[in-house]
Amino acid sequence: MINVRQVNMLVGGRPVLNNVSFDLEPCRIHGIIGPNGVGKSTLLQLLSGVRKPSSGEVSLDGVRLSSYSRKALARKLAVLQQGGLPPAGFTVRQVVEMGRFPYQNWFGDEREDHSMLIDHALQSMGLAELSNRTLDQLSGGERQRVALAKVMVQEPEVILLDEPTTYLDIGYQVQLLDTVRQWQRQRGLTVVAVLHDLNLAALYCDRILVLHKGGIAAMGAPLDVLSEALIRDVYLTDVSIVKHPVTGTPQILLQPSP
Amino acid sequence: MLLLAVSIALSLSIGSSTISFADVWGILWHQLPWTDDAGNRWGAGEIAIVTQVRLSRVLLGVLVGACLGLAGAGFQGVLRNPLADPYTLGVSSGSSVGAAFLILFGYQTLLGEWTIPIIAFATGMATLLGVFFLARSRGVMQIETLVLAGVIIQSFLGAFVSFMVSLSDDVINQILFWLMGSLAMKSWADVYIVLPCLIIGLPLLIAYGQALNLFVLGERHAAHLGIRVERTKLIVLIGSTLLTAAAVSVSGVIGFVGLVVPHLIRLMVGPDYRLLIPLSAIGGGMFMLWSDTIARIALAPKEIPLGVVTALIGAPFFAYLLYRRKKGQEGLG
Repeated sequence: MINVRQVNMLVGGRPVLNNVSFDLEPCRIHGIIGPNGVGKSTLLQLLSGVRKPSSGEVSLDGVRLSSYSRKALARKLAVLQQGGLPPAGFTVRQVVEMGRFPYQNWFGDEREDHSMLIDHALQSMGLAELSNRTLDQLSGGERQRVALAKVMVQEPEVILLDEPTTYLDIGYQVQLLDTVRQWQRQRGLTVVAVLHDLNLAALYCDRILVLHKGGIAAMGAPLDVLSEALIRDVYLTDVSIVKHPVTGTPQILLQPSP
Repeated sequence: MLLLAVSIALSLSIGSSTISFADVWGILWHQLPWTDDAGNRWGAGEIAIVTQVRLSRVLLGVLVGACLGLAGAGFQGVLRNPLADPYTLGVSSGSSVGAAFLILFGYQTLLGEWTIPIIAFATGMATLLGVFFLARSRGVMQIETLVLAGVIIQSFLGAFVSFMVSLSDDVINQILFWLMGSLAMKSWADVYIVLPCLIIGLPLLIAYGQALNLFVLGERHAAHLGIRVERTKLIVLIGSTLLTAAAVSVSGVIGFVGLVVPHLIRLMVGPDYRLLIPLSAIGGGMFMLWSDTIARIALAPKEIPLGVVTALIGAPFFAYLLYRRKKGQEGLG
């Protein structure tokens, strides 16, 4: 699916990623975690192809990302970026329709009519009633749902999420990740999410990649990766790890110093 | 489109020498090659006024306005900056430096009849780069900083043009022409300079309409949807500068058209650039036509410089946009 080989990345002359190699498995939800400034968003930008690594290569289905045309790549891979959409004057429906851009020719036409697809995306994100409102009339949480609906109509095989739950309350956090997971299962998508919240990562991800000091500290299922020792090592803080009473996944309890 | 046609018709008939509406159209009708000369009852003077003076001026006004309206829409789209236009960014002044230099020192045929627009384009582009350089801090351009940089460069270049003009004869009229713009004393030759640039620029910008829509969501979003961001920006900026240079080469610096027109169109049809771009061309043509008609007749037989009229309308509008933006920010904070 996605293969990262010996990637080095310098940002402003400073090495951020150091000889990083890993493979992402198809039809899985991958979480990228790690402390602030470790290069999680940089890594996601490399995976999305908007930035090129200083050396090494990232490939999708065996083809280097840089060999895809921008539109061809956008048909395979979509990004839900940090911070969401700006409060623009477009209506919700217009913005969601923009997700079809990679499929349109120079005249903005497509061979088939995709209004059904757009209706469906609006429905499943609970945006049907808001579809004629403009973005500047929506709350941040609503705009984030519009952004996700736009990603949906892009019909990608891979979705990259950059801290999708920032600024959302816990209700919307769960709703958003539930939607992503449901959709991922229906379509067999590959999802890569940069997450700040370790507990959400443990609940939703099949595999977790821990980024630390420019390299990968650990990668695997949440149960195998998340340990008190690793967290102490990476985040320099003591935690207790308990089992979630319902799902059985590891959950992290913070521990203030005595 | 219909409104534009009506505007052209009316404006043709209004002028400092009184020729009736019917006569104007009678004269034009008889200029068409397949009509016979039987009904030709107009004097050579009247015919010359209509065909040589008014018709070319009206068409030139429409073309120049269309260029500036388009350029404004292009700059606003690619910079995602509601206050951008050829005038506020200093591109108009930049083009006028090149054009004025050539005309005042008699080099206008150095590279054939296209010398002036080519040089105006080059100096306009250089000015744009200068403004970007001034406005950019740590890789980002604040909306207000960009406009401030534009104003600084624009006043410097305006002074420079005035200085060059001072070295030649016929000082005052020329300074007025370059700083405030005018469509007076223009001929069909000028129409043929602007028209090709518009024929290149209009389809170019229309083709990038949907790309500019995606830019509204932010450059990153646009990139993720499959747009080659840097290439798109470069092409739209070059196209907009070309249109500006064409307009300035023939009419001097006429401010605020590119600012006012796209905003008015946006109020009418919404933010979709696929509509906004062609309608800005039409709207720009109309706006310029009426501004020029006012400039011609308000103090007839004296003319007001065209830039005075557009600035009297445009500057308060600019202030309004700034005010609304400020209020919007307070609302968010």
